[in-house]
Amino acid sequence: MKSLTRRTILRGAVGGAAVGVSLPFLDYMLDNNGQALAATGQRIPTRFGTWIWGCGFIPEKWIPSATGSNFALPADLEPLAPYKDKMAILSGFDVELDGVANKPHITGCLGMRTGIPVPDTNVKAPTLDVLISQIIGGETRFRSLEISSCGLENSYSYFSAGSPNPSETSPAELYKRIFGAGFVDPNSGTFEPDVEVMTRKSVLSAVSEDRQRLMREVGAADKHRLDEYFTSIRQIEQQLELQLQPPAPVENFSRPDAPDSQGAGSEIGDVLKTHRLMAGLLARALQSNQTRVFNMLFSDTTSNLRLPGETTTHHTLTHEEPDDRQLGYQKQHSQFVTQSMLGWRDFLDALSAIPEGDGTLLDNCLVLAHSDCSIAKSHAVEGIPVMIAGNAGGKVRTGFHMAGGGDPISRVGLTVQQVMGVPVERWGHLSMETNRTINELLT
Amino acid sequence: MANRVSSLMANMPIPARQFVVFAIMGLMLAFAAVMLFSSDEPDPEGGPPTVRRLTEEQYRNAIADIFGPETEITGRFERPFRSHGLVAVGTGAAGISPFAVEQYEVSARGIAASVLSKKRRAAFLDCGPKNETEFDAACAQKFLGETGRLLFRRPLSQDELSGFVGLSRSATGQLGSFYAGLELGLYSMLIAPDFLFRIERVAAGNDGAIVELDAYSKAERLSFFLTNAPPDAELLDAAASGSLDGSWGVSRQVSRLMDSERYPEAVRSFFADMLEFDDFGETSKDPQIYPAFNSVVAGEAQEQTLKTIEDHLLENRGDYRDLFTLRDTFLTRSLGVIYKTPIPKREGWQAVRFQPDANRAGIQSHVAFLALHSHPGRSSPTLRGYAMRKIFLCQEVPDPPASVNFTAIEEHVDKANVTARDRLDIHSTEPSCAGCHKVMDPIGFALEAYDGAGSHRTHENGSLIDLSGDLDGQAFASTNDLAEALRNHPETPRCLAQRMYTSAVGRDITWKERYYLDWLIEGFADDDYQVPSLMERIATSDNFFAVVRPMDQPARRVAKNNAANGDGQ
Repeated sequence: MKSLTRRTILRGAVGGAAVGVSLPFLDYMLDNNGQALAATGQRIPTRFGTWIWGCGFIPEKWIPSATGSNFALPADLEPLAPYKDKMAILSGFDVELDGVANKPHITGCLGMRTGIPVPDTNVKAPTLDVLISQIIGGETRFRSLEISSCGLENSYSYFSAGSPNPSETSPAELYKRIFGAGFVDPNSGTFEPDVEVMTRKSVLSAVSEDRQRLMREVGAADKHRLDEYFTSIRQIEQQLELQLQPPAPVENFSRPDAPDSQGAGSEIGDVLKTHRLMAGLLARALQSNQTRVFNMLFSDTTSNLRLPGETTTHHTLTHEEPDDRQLGYQKQHSQFVTQSMLGWRDFLDALSAIPEGDGTLLDNCLVLAHSDCSIAKSHAVEGIPVMIAGNAGGKVRTGFHMAGGGDPISRVGLTVQQVMGVPVERWGHLSMETNRTINELLT
Repeated sequence: MANRVSSLMANMPIPARQFVVFAIMGLMLAFAAVMLFSSDEPDPEGGPPTVRRLTEEQYRNAIADIFGPETEITGRFERPFRSHGLVAVGTGAAGISPFAVEQYEVSARGIAASVLSKKRRAAFLDCGPKNETEFDAACAQKFLGETGRLLFRRPLSQDELSGFVGLSRSATGQLGSFYAGLELGLYSMLIAPDFLFRIERVAAGNDGAIVELDAYSKAERLSFFLTNAPPDAELLDAAASGSLDGSWGVSRQVSRLMDSERYPEAVRSFFADMLEFDDFGETSKDPQIYPAFNSVVAGEAQEQTLKTIEDHLLENRGDYRDLFTLRDTFLTRSLGVIYKTPIPKREGWQAVRFQPDANRAGIQSHVAFLALHSHPGRSSPTLRGYAMRKIFLCQEVPDPPASVNFTAIEEHVDKANVTARDRLDIHSTEPSCAGCHKVMDPIGFALEAYDGAGSHRTHENGSLIDLSGDLDGQAFASTNDLAEALRNHPETPRCLAQRMYTSAVGRDITWKERYYLDWLIEGFADDDYQVPSLMERIATSDNFFAVVRPMDQPARRVAKNNAANGDGQ
């Protein structure tokens, strides 16, 4: 994993001296694999994220009838036509319960994200986004950003049971966190390392050194919790270290405008608006190297989305709405799924709006979009809908539909981890344990 | 002791000797009387010592107490983690997310900068170098030692203190200012685990034995339980002097803390925790359906319930069980809209006594409870019934099975004039549902007298709402009947006692502690179910300070100057 990072290049270039530095943009270069290099000659990083929508889908409106690369998009995926080549659609992959009680809307989601189904939110392993962030999250200001557009702080990202990562629910707060104090504009042209930051970093190192003393004083379970604390402290040290290096200029980047919105609850129109704002901010954060990992919750797994003036939420509809006689499925539920896929398109719009290298930001991302169940009415965890978007900087193949045929969904989790550089050969427990990479996804 | 007394007596004249004998006999009689009437507390059992995260309120209280309430806290707090019904118990198990640490760091920077700002520093420092660029070691030592003791809730060891002074010294060198250096020293304390976590320590004793917490950990348990804030200087002094090792010293501190301004806040915060008010952050109502409900009203609704609780339990020393039948409360004008009770007072709170037929008996009939346990666009007998079981009776209801057949519910949805009872009929007729729903829905049906925002109603979709139901054998047909049934349920006081104790110790109750819990409940009944008496009983009991040290753990370090010598009973 020894690669040429921005830090090593710049350290060599300016020696970290406290002088004003101005770096010129260079023309694009390609490395031997034809991969784009950024203006500074640095390889464009690959980013990973998840995008969750709740309450599954209507199979006949979502699953393409053909597999392979020659398939027609069914109704709910139709709006995603511009991204047909940038997406892999994975249907028919199952969370295998092995007798574990299926907690509605939880077991499927966390089972897919940890490879181990649990009957509650007490996950038995970190979620895959955390495992990936441990590999690629260390060189940016944020190890990961968790964002929710539906007003709930859930993220379904867990370091361990009892340690969920909370989501930002307000675009204004999200903006402040990324682009407020502590943000260094990569294109400001001059750079002056802050002595105060340097001092603060050394102070934090001293806090870290106190670790051994405390570890001797507490029991095993508490050691684990304190370890989480010290890991986070080290992360802040790393962030400060980054602030001491001149940032690599980023082509086409400008700091976005601060939004006023604090987020606006769960009415679908408001959620779509909030989501667009947040997706735009996230795209800028990824572009300017503030983070390489994210989790975006479009709607909660027990979807709280609703229409104005309606007494029932999306989730309640999945249980109480009778199938429409003509259509053969729950009509109102279906409308929420359709809206969710429009939200997904908005998200891909935001990523692909940013030019990067010889393509767009989306080309250098791997986004894993998934729901918590397939048929919400019965909370089925078989055939949970999954989409992979973006090419991970050329490492991922897209533009096809694959039917999983009841394979464990952990194959998806295993594959994306491997693509993102996690050294893992086998992942999941019991029936979910697998070493079968989805080769179709690899280039 | 006996030897010392007899050697003293040997040197006394005979009349004095007789006096002493009588005096001792009198004391022994008094002691026996005390033993007979009040002290059959079961032997301490203890649980593991805990490492608890400060809650947001505790963090805020600590900063306000130590640096003044005007000290701004700029970071944000992550959503609390709830376990066994309480955030207070969750603090003993919750991890800490990178987001949380990031925000603690932001707060630490802001607080340290504010405290040592030119404008404010004089209030905290009575020393300093003549030349600001020079480091004043004695001054730094004094400030960091005193502040550190309050922040860490124990004296700093010599090593720790010199570490912080050293940090400040080198920071002073780098930044060219004593105050900037000291600011960094303070910053490092504010982000230290010893501040953010309450790390309990035990006095020396045999491994695996039931032992007592050390004096500073005792002080912590007392003050967070009774004031929801860290120990003040006086309580830390009491810990240092060894006076918390005896029951008199503890009792004195308990009385003092319960007389303090923070005590009512601690009671309120316990009930806010028990009532799960932190979930209001994620509760929204459809403005088209409930135009009178908004975030301001949601805040006032919580305050209404907490004010009512405080007034009844503390001001009036009322019976806890009467909280479920109480018709006295306080309203604002905008709450009055939801309660359909005009409030003439334009600003602030007005005391209100509801008429017996107003359907407003008990805190379970308050907007806060009703709105929190509803959907955004409608009420929910299931959510409300579940909440009553869980919150007030400490009963667990299992999750629904995933493979539920909803056909029967769907059949009702499109019918005219349907009520929740019709919609949920399947819950009581389908065996796979009935097992759990028959314990939730029937008590929830009585609360169908209120819509999703908590307004009273008699009809739903044009049909008269049937309020009848049953709480564990106690039939009812009105909201007042439900209030009585809830008040008289044997689990009601038991649940409160259990919640109160687990909140105080930060963990679930252990199997062996059930006799202690029985004892608490007996005492609660003897005290006419007065909550302050229950809290005092817990705080002064031996069980409260008892911990079991894990067998394989080496002895914990006992903080310096700690005169604690108890090593178990």
